[in-house]
Amino acid sequence: MNVTIVDYNSGNISSVINSFKEAAKDKVSIEVTSDLNKIRTSDKVVLPGQGSFKSCVEALNSINGLVDTLNEFAITNKKPLLGICVGLQMFADIGYEETETKGLGWISGKVYKIDSQNGKFKLPHIGWNELNIIKESKIFKGIKNNSHMYFVHSYELIPEDRSVVSATTEYSSNIVCSIEKENIFGTQFHPEKSDKIGLKIIDNFINL
Amino acid sequence: MLKNRIIPCLDVKNGRVVKGINFVDLKDAGDPVEQAKIYSNGGADEICFLDITASNENRDTIYEVVDKTSKKCFVPLTVGGGVRSVEDINKLLNCGADKVSINTAAVQNVKVVEDSSRKFGSQCIVVAIDAKRNNDGWEIFTHGGRNPTGINALEFASKMEKCGAGELLVTSMDKDGTQSGYDIELMQKISSRVNIPVIASGGVGTLDHLVEGIKSGASAVLAASIFHYGTYSINEAKQYLASKDIPVRI
Repeated sequence: MNVTIVDYNSGNISSVINSFKEAAKDKVSIEVTSDLNKIRTSDKVVLPGQGSFKSCVEALNSINGLVDTLNEFAITNKKPLLGICVGLQMFADIGYEETETKGLGWISGKVYKIDSQNGKFKLPHIGWNELNIIKESKIFKGIKNNSHMYFVHSYELIPEDRSVVSATTEYSSNIVCSIEKENIFGTQFHPEKSDKIGLKIIDNFINL
Repeated sequence: MLKNRIIPCLDVKNGRVVKGINFVDLKDAGDPVEQAKIYSNGGADEICFLDITASNENRDTIYEVVDKTSKKCFVPLTVGGGVRSVEDINKLLNCGADKVSINTAAVQNVKVVEDSSRKFGSQCIVVAIDAKRNNDGWEIFTHGGRNPTGINALEFASKMEKCGAGELLVTSMDKDGTQSGYDIELMQKISSRVNIPVIASGGVGTLDHLVEGIKSGASAVLAASIFHYGTYSINEAKQYLASKDIPVRI
């Protein structure tokens, strides 16, 4: 079995790599690449993302054929894919960070700035917040409700169909913090930075 | 509900942990990787490495420390000290740092903050402000607290927010190393002025000081000595904060 972390110049992915290698414990091979063939033949794909929605989408588009390969992997072949942070946000149709930017369109919805309520809620939303699990998700196996996860973001995905939402977290409103739609998984929080519970979520994804 | 963070800071020199009193008079005390691991196992919400003498010395040791630590600690790791350029930030992030704190370079050249936050995202850019009281407020110091700048700390905090800083790490030079508590007025003034999270630093001697830090409006409290010398464990600190109705991750 192999898991591929897509390396598309989306910012700092060393923590994602370290945590997947830790969870995989040499039993599963973890590849870090932008090679389309390797992504295509991989069993599972991880799509990280840091920085702005716009910069991540641009970075994806700058690698010729990458978006098509991801579409083929996740939509046509329905193989498991996990998006982390902006990786999850890019599932949406449109994002509004910096400027209006088209996303992958896998989950109908849009990505808006979190309402700071006139400065009452500081942005970015940085730190440990509680997971409110609202739907069973395969990546939450063995994860207790109200577990703490590490967040760093200022934008949130608002999906049209709430049934894809597996967990929310409370900050200004009930923010979508995890998605499961068939073979497509996403976390707004950073499992790679969420200590042992985060590693368990990564382990769950690896063992799907 | 978002929890308030407790961040132990490890001052690192030549790859070893030290802790300064008022930024001088250093004592050697331990391996940073092991220290960081103890803290993360003990419930630290983040770990901070400050390469204190990096401005003057060969700093390649810090990259090795960051690389080793990030393979063992799975909580956020902030690294600061001697960060001069976008390239330095890139190198630290590639070694496994999650955030980089910028002090002197942010004062000397705001473009470093603007360019790095654009390139890597605001979430990984922390601006460290070392402030000392003067007649009309607080003045910023650079180079590990050695050089006065004449710049007003409150105005500088707002400027850094505009330039793309994701967080501000505010250290009181007057309080640092004294164990007499944070400069609460400074923390209040900066926290209420900016809409990005503020990390309070400098002066913690008791657990009540941590409570005061959070009540001043800071999102996170940073401390070195009380944890480093084992006066309190991270867990004791968190239990105490929780007993004072301050939301923490336990």
